Amino acid sequence: MILTDDDRRLRDGDEGPAVAAAMDLLVRYGEALDAERLCDVRNVAGTTTQPSPVKARLVAEGGWDRAFSLINLDADETLPIPPMAVPTCQLQHGFGRDAVGVAPYPPEMIALQDDGEAFVGARGVSVLATCTPYQVGNLPVRGEHCAWMESSAVVYANSVLGARTNCEGGASTGAASLTGRIPCWGNHRDDERLGTHHVRVETPVASFLDWGLLGYAVGDAVQEGRPVVTGDLALPDLTDLKHFGAAAASSGGVEMYHVPGVTPEATSTEAAFGGRPPRDTVVFGAAERRAAYERLNDQGTCEDVDFVLLGCPHASLDQLRDAARALEGRRLADGTELWIMAPRALVAVAERSGYTAVIEAAGGRVLTDSCPAMSRTAPAGTRVFATDSAKQAHYLPAILGIEAWFGTTAECVDAAVTGRWRGELR
Amino acid sequence: MTDLQRPATRAGVVLRGRTVVPGVVTGEALVSPETISGWGGIDPATGTIIEARHPLAGVCFTGKILVFPGAKGSSGWSGFFQTTRLLGTAPIGMVFAVTTTKAALGAVVTRVPALADLDADPVAVLRTGDRIRLDATAGVVEQLDRPDRTALTDTTAGEDR
Repeated sequence: MILTDDDRRLRDGDEGPAVAAAMDLLVRYGEALDAERLCDVRNVAGTTTQPSPVKARLVAEGGWDRAFSLINLDADETLPIPPMAVPTCQLQHGFGRDAVGVAPYPPEMIALQDDGEAFVGARGVSVLATCTPYQVGNLPVRGEHCAWMESSAVVYANSVLGARTNCEGGASTGAASLTGRIPCWGNHRDDERLGTHHVRVETPVASFLDWGLLGYAVGDAVQEGRPVVTGDLALPDLTDLKHFGAAAASSGGVEMYHVPGVTPEATSTEAAFGGRPPRDTVVFGAAERRAAYERLNDQGTCEDVDFVLLGCPHASLDQLRDAARALEGRRLADGTELWIMAPRALVAVAERSGYTAVIEAAGGRVLTDSCPAMSRTAPAGTRVFATDSAKQAHYLPAILGIEAWFGTTAECVDAAVTGRWRGELR
Repeated sequence: MTDLQRPATRAGVVLRGRTVVPGVVTGEALVSPETISGWGGIDPATGTIIEARHPLAGVCFTGKILVFPGAKGSSGWSGFFQTTRLLGTAPIGMVFAVTTTKAALGAVVTRVPALADLDADPVAVLRTGDRIRLDATAGVVEQLDRPDRTALTDTTAGEDR
């Protein structure tokens, strides 16, 4: 791999041992990818603060410097961690203090995370604490090279915003935050952003549910491909595209897609493919829509629902408002809980707008920072949960060993109020 | 050894690929027919695949050379495999068909010899239980033996780099 004079200077320790370790990791990683060189990044979204048993041990041994060194820089020794070299944010992590008394989550983990927030904050990390940084203050411009983790945020940044990031990990984002460099590979390169598969939508896709089903089917069909989606599509909003990308990055590994006329790098279908023929064509008709629905619903048999989860990826303001409207004047069934996950910055707006009060009056809770999958935590005794998120329906049954129902937001609210699942595909 | 333990038709297969992480290791292959998830897919504490629908659900990869089509799922992939190294439950080598950032960074932070983009599909050619020598520095993986399953007793794996 070609290193610039500046890369060599950092690798050789001119900026201190932590930056040298960061550059060493980037060189090993770049060579593993067979990248020609590194490129500049000015926007990093990673994770340091998420508690885990290993992290608790490392912090006990040598403080957060040790945890950051061994995990975020893949170093062997504890190195003093300097301020971030480029703007960096903390993604979603474990539950915070607002979950005390709501989620059965260990208080020592919350304390560890608070300590971690203080450590990274002092080094210039913005603690957005959400899987949707693009909703709350980190909105990269088109063409901006980034180093982001979180598959649902990566696919949104590339596809909807036209920013450029691979699906990075904890070590590569840590190294990027101290150097402003990342391997120039994959989604950073023009020709690696062009469409590979043509998805022809032949059944109407208009609702939030439809976009999730389409994403789940497309991810399964194209895996790591870059789908170009055309056909019977209503104009999607932020919430629809957030759901679509998260679903496609769960059933497959989609990091980039095009919707001609909607997403910025696809002024036309031809432009999305860059004049090359598609590798394959995928049809999404009524049968494929039903198959995706049934696959997401094959992990439930018991219709007694004891937990409803909304807001994966973290809810938009529209979703918070819609949930409040659906719950207004109603009351959750005894023994059923409803949580809506959202970025803390948007919860401030939801509180101010009165949405949170309506949701809480019905017995629901608005929580921040995390989700049941990230924190491996649902209400005590949960056996069956319902969600309007294809991603959460995909992951949570394996993580918590519970049954899942997937449906519309209205069906989920209905399940929370009645304690029964009555969803069906319409 | 008996002929059963060294089938003449298969032993000695050599695949060539691209170095992901240099190093040399000899050991037993664990071949996954499907892609592997990190977050929600493995338990680093036990070095076990936990995804319920995965064909290797419940199988431990510790001390094995993991042969798989590629990485899928969350960006936590590399962090989960890095944790297997920190907890002593890691595989001793990786051979995968498709390079992604998840798999490449995962191999780097697991710090085991790793090879990708081979001249034949390693998942189709190699089988669980094969004793293989992975020379990731030279870009070669060589099948040394395919023991008869009923006679499979040697589960030792050694590192010789």
